[in-house]
Amino acid sequence: MSINATPTGADVAADETATRSTGRHAAVPAQRAGRRAKAPLSENKRAERRLGWLLCAPAALVMVLVTAYPILYSVWLSLQRFDLRFPDQREFIGLDNYVTVLTNQFWWTAFGVTALITVVTVAIELVLGMGLALIMHRTLVGRGIVRTAALIPYGIVTVVAAFSWRYAWTPGTGYLANVFDGSAPLTERASSLAIIMLAEIWKTTPFMALLLMAGLALVPEDLLKAASTDGATSWQRFTKVMLPVMKPAILVALLFRTLDAFRVFDNIFVLTAGGNETSSVSMLAYNNLIRGLNLGIGSTMSVLIFIAVAIIAFVFVKLFGTAAPGSDDGERR
Amino acid sequence: MATETTTRAKLRWGLLDVIVVVFALIPVLWIASLSFKTPATLTDGKFWPREWTLDNYRTIFDTDQFVRALANSIGIALIATLIAVVLGAMAAYAISRLDFPGKKLLVGVSLLIAMFPQVSLVSPLFEIERQLGLFDTWPGLILPYITFALPLAIYTLSAFFKQIPWDLEKAAKMDGATQGQAFRRVIAPLAAPGLFTTAILVFIFCWNDFLFAISLTSTERSRTVPVALSFFTGESQFEDPIGAICAAAVVITIPIILFVLFFQRRIVSGLTSGAVKG
Repeated sequence: MSINATPTGADVAADETATRSTGRHAAVPAQRAGRRAKAPLSENKRAERRLGWLLCAPAALVMVLVTAYPILYSVWLSLQRFDLRFPDQREFIGLDNYVTVLTNQFWWTAFGVTALITVVTVAIELVLGMGLALIMHRTLVGRGIVRTAALIPYGIVTVVAAFSWRYAWTPGTGYLANVFDGSAPLTERASSLAIIMLAEIWKTTPFMALLLMAGLALVPEDLLKAASTDGATSWQRFTKVMLPVMKPAILVALLFRTLDAFRVFDNIFVLTAGGNETSSVSMLAYNNLIRGLNLGIGSTMSVLIFIAVAIIAFVFVKLFGTAAPGSDDGERR
Repeated sequence: MATETTTRAKLRWGLLDVIVVVFALIPVLWIASLSFKTPATLTDGKFWPREWTLDNYRTIFDTDQFVRALANSIGIALIATLIAVVLGAMAAYAISRLDFPGKKLLVGVSLLIAMFPQVSLVSPLFEIERQLGLFDTWPGLILPYITFALPLAIYTLSAFFKQIPWDLEKAAKMDGATQGQAFRRVIAPLAAPGLFTTAILVFIFCWNDFLFAISLTSTERSRTVPVALSFFTGESQFEDPIGAICAAAVVITIPIILFVLFFQRRIVSGLTSGAVKG
C-alpha cells in the first residue's frame, strides 16, 4: 500500500466518471474533471491519464470491435429474411424471425435441454467442486499430485475428452458400455443427456474447485482453531465459519460456471451431434447457421441466447451486490 | 497418540487423493490406450491394449490433413497468445499502476466479455468475415481468440502486477540506474513469471476452442486439430478412424500434460488470483 500516493480527490472523479458515462467516454472525462476539480490538474496527473488511456486503448478497441459491433450487426441480421441459399429473397421482415423461433418446438426443446444441463451440472459441480477444493487446500499428503491431476481435466481439449467418453460408451469398443450389457446409451435421449452431463462435470469441476479454493484461502486459520476449541464439529465449522467467508467466491464461481454451462456445445457436438433431441441452444444456432446457412434465423437465435445470458448475469449481479468482481477495484489498487 | 491420529488422518487424505487422481486420469488413459491398440483389438472393450502398436501415430503423421491442422493449431494459438498477452499486459499495467478515469469501465467491459455467449458472435462474424475475406484464414480465428482471451489476460496480469514491489524501481534509479536499466534489471524479472503464467492460460484457452474453429473455417487452410478430429474418416472407407482420432487426440493433449506437470503451481496461482481478487 506504500505505492498508493494518489490523492483521493482523483479517485472520486474517476468513480463518478465511470458510473455516469454510458460507453463513449474518451473525450468527456477531461472536461468534467476539469470542471469539478478544485485545483487544475497538474501536468503529471494529465500525463498519467494520457498514458493510462493509451495503454488501455488497444485492448479496449479489440474487445469492443469484435463483440459490440457484431452483436449489433446480429440484431440487424435477425430482422431480415436472409438465407444464403436464396440470397435474392433477402428482405426486411421486422420481428417475424423472432415469432418463427419462439413458436418453434425445436427451440423450446433445445432451451429446456440447455436449462436442464446448466442447472444439474452446476449444482453437482458446486458440491463436488467444494469437496475437491477442500482436498486440494487441506490435504496432508500429496498436495502437488492432487492439484496436478485436477488440472488435467481443466486443461484438456474438450473435444478430446468428449471423444474419450464417446468411445467409452460405444458398444463393443468401450469399457463402460460393457458394464451395462452392451446396450447403446448414446442412442437414447435420457442416457445421452446423462453422459453429456457426466462429460461436462468431469471437465469443469476442477475449474469450479480452483475458484472455490481461492475463497478457502481467505478463511482465517485462527477462526477455525477458535471454533474448534469452542467445541464446534467439523460440519459446524464448515457451515458457520467457512461458508460465510467464502460467499463471494462461491457466487463468482457459480456465475462463471452457469454462464459457461449455458454455452454447452463441444460435448454435445461430439457425443450425440444433437441427435435424439439432445441439442442445446448453441448447437441449434450452429446448425441453422453453418449447416442450414440461414443467417436470419441463426442470428435471431444468437440474439435470444445473448438476452438469456444477459438475464442470468443480471440476476447474479443483483445477488452479488457489492461483492461483484471489479466493483471495489478503485479502493483496492 | 498424536502420531496415531495424524497417521490415520494422512491415510484418509491419501485415500481421497487417490480417488481424485483416478477420476481425473481415467478418460485420458482410456484415449491413450485406444490410440495404442491394433485394429484387431480396438473393439475388444478392454481398458488396456492387449497388443501395442504405433501404427495409428504413423498414419496420422502421414496424412496432410492432420499435419496441416497441427501447424494451424500451433500457429494460431501462439500468435493469439502473444498478441493477447502484450495487449493485456499494457492494459493491466495501466489498471494496476495508473490512475485515470474510465478504468472501472474497462474492467467492467472485460468482465462482460468473459461472460459473453460465444455462439452469439458466430453468425455475425461468419457474415462479416466472409465480406472482409477473413473467413477460413488464420487472422479470422486469431481475432476472436484475442478478444475472448483478453479478459483472462487482463485479470490475471493485473492481479500479478499488484503484487510487484514497484518501489524497487525507484530505489534502483536512486542508486544510479537509468529508467531503461531499472525496467530491464528490476521490473522485467519480477513481471516475467506473471506474464508466463498468463501466456499458458491463454494458450490453453486458444488451443481448446472448437466453436469458432468449426464455424469460421471450411478447409485445411485454417482448420485446427479439434475440428480436424471431427472430420477424420480414416484412410479409406474400410478403415475405422477410431485409432487415428485417438492418436491425434493424444498428440494435442501432450502440451497440456507438460504444462500441467511443470507449471502446476503457477497455473493454480494464476487461476485463483485472477479469478477472485479481480
